[in-house]
Amino acid sequence: MRRVTLNLAALAVLVVSVFPVYWMAATAFTPTVDILSETPSLWPARPTLDHFATAVRAAGFWAFWRNSLTVTVSAVLLALAVALLAAFAVARMRWRGRRGFILMVFVAQTAPWSALLVPVYIIARDADMLDRLSTLTLVYFVTTLPFTIVTLRGFIAAIPPELEEAALMDGCGRAAAFRRVVLPLLAPGLMSTSLFGFITAWNEFAFANALIIKDQGDRTLPIWLSTFSNVFGTDWGATMAAATLFMLPVLLVFLVLQRRVTSGMIAGAVKG
Amino acid sequence: MVSTESRPAGARERLAAPPRAAGPRPRRTAARRAAGALWPYLLVAPAVAGFACLLVYPFARSLVISVQHFRLGELIRGGAEFVGLANYAEVLGGPEFWSVVRRTFVWTAVNVALIMLIGTGVALMLPHLGRRMRLAVMSGMVLTWATPVLAATTIFQWLFQSRLGVVNWLLVRLGLGSFEDYTWFADGTATFAILVALVVWQSVPFAALTLYAGLTTIPAELYEAARIDGASARQVFARVTFPILRPLFGLITSLEIIWVFTCFAQIWAISRGGPDDATTTLPVHAFLIAQSLHKYDLGSAVSTLTVLILLAVLVVHLRRMFRHEGEQA
Repeated sequence: MRRVTLNLAALAVLVVSVFPVYWMAATAFTPTVDILSETPSLWPARPTLDHFATAVRAAGFWAFWRNSLTVTVSAVLLALAVALLAAFAVARMRWRGRRGFILMVFVAQTAPWSALLVPVYIIARDADMLDRLSTLTLVYFVTTLPFTIVTLRGFIAAIPPELEEAALMDGCGRAAAFRRVVLPLLAPGLMSTSLFGFITAWNEFAFANALIIKDQGDRTLPIWLSTFSNVFGTDWGATMAAATLFMLPVLLVFLVLQRRVTSGMIAGAVKG
Repeated sequence: MVSTESRPAGARERLAAPPRAAGPRPRRTAARRAAGALWPYLLVAPAVAGFACLLVYPFARSLVISVQHFRLGELIRGGAEFVGLANYAEVLGGPEFWSVVRRTFVWTAVNVALIMLIGTGVALMLPHLGRRMRLAVMSGMVLTWATPVLAATTIFQWLFQSRLGVVNWLLVRLGLGSFEDYTWFADGTATFAILVALVVWQSVPFAALTLYAGLTTIPAELYEAARIDGASARQVFARVTFPILRPLFGLITSLEIIWVFTCFAQIWAISRGGPDDATTTLPVHAFLIAQSLHKYDLGSAVSTLTVLILLAVLVVHLRRMFRHEGEQA
């Protein structure tokens, strides 16, 4: 009896968590005639790719896709490079101000970014940086930086310093020891950290909404999706196809990460 | 070519466990030590510069604007005038701000309570499930987690669509005929409820999976001992699980409070604070004042107050969370 209740509860959790995403994909494959019918069909009986064609052919789709990718990838690479240096200093060196720096990273990680929308808008306007993808890149770089530093620090700390010591003993310089010993061991950590950064930046909406105003060509996918009713009207099939296409890269990233998803998130959230 | 003397400063120090225990470094000149001591600062410099330019400076700028007269004219022409705390007086004196504050508290309390309740429930449920069911539920959680915010807002708008939405269809099928063609997004309370459902749906996976990961670290012997002593499931949770996971609970609730309190994207994408301000929380309010009304000074004042209120909430929460710990020590 207890088993049955437990499994029913688990089933309920499963259905509630999966159904919205399933419904998005199902609608995206359902022909418009069936979407408009009185009783929704829970399964696309006659699957079609028409909605995906509509979404892809919508004005600017590829430009927005390219914008999102450019902004996200450059922000993540920048954050990775900067965070790697800082994480190494924090994990492997003792220096005055180290605690202060760590504290600053934590404050930045929990910073209420939405409170900074207005000042960042005004600063960007004064610097003539509105409607520019490079501005967004810089913002995403800083928003992903704290998380990247914290997780990379954890990964570096997990590599035994003795390995590097040995390389130094054998006559390697500091840079060579880092490149030949630490970096190869760090590769999986760099990979998963950058993928989390990718997701954060790919999804970001508030700053893209506030900073890209006039130049529609510089919009990113989240902004485009938020205006779906202007783009597709009441064509829910195409809207859901667009949402599916937007979610696809993130889903791929999660598939790549698999197990590291929880541990990585926890490392980012908890590890001091 | 590379001598041992050129070994970097951190190489030796990092072996010393307590920071101050690093002893004197032999065979090293003062000049070399000074050069080596510079290294960590050079390494963190780019990160510090990034935080300074895009976190500290905007925050400082916001503070400055909040004590100036800064409207559309000043935005274009510059030359904003110092007005002291007049903006704060104007914001705090109006009835609108306080109703937004009350709404933000309700919004945060309802969301965080639901997230923690459901998250804890799911986390406690997971270890008792069969292997396959557990994997299925965890995969479902990860799928929810992976859904981008803007994809989720679009999906929920479709789910709750008035004429074709699957939720209305289901409710009518369940005998609630009044939901036939019900327009959720025209009603303030209904929109608020949908936003709560959306935020809870998106946030439960983090809470549940993190708590589950914490649960797996509790040694099984503790549970066995409690069971032998005849403890009920509730007692086990109150006396064993919760005290051990208290720091984790404290951390997750704090993070959820921060995320829900400052939540902007979901609300803006679905309702822009409407209908009739029913979903205007503090961050949305600040943005509306600044961006739509061009009252950047008042918007900045609201932003500052938002951060202060959030800090106060967190301090009170953390105090309550860890008071017991202090008593036990």
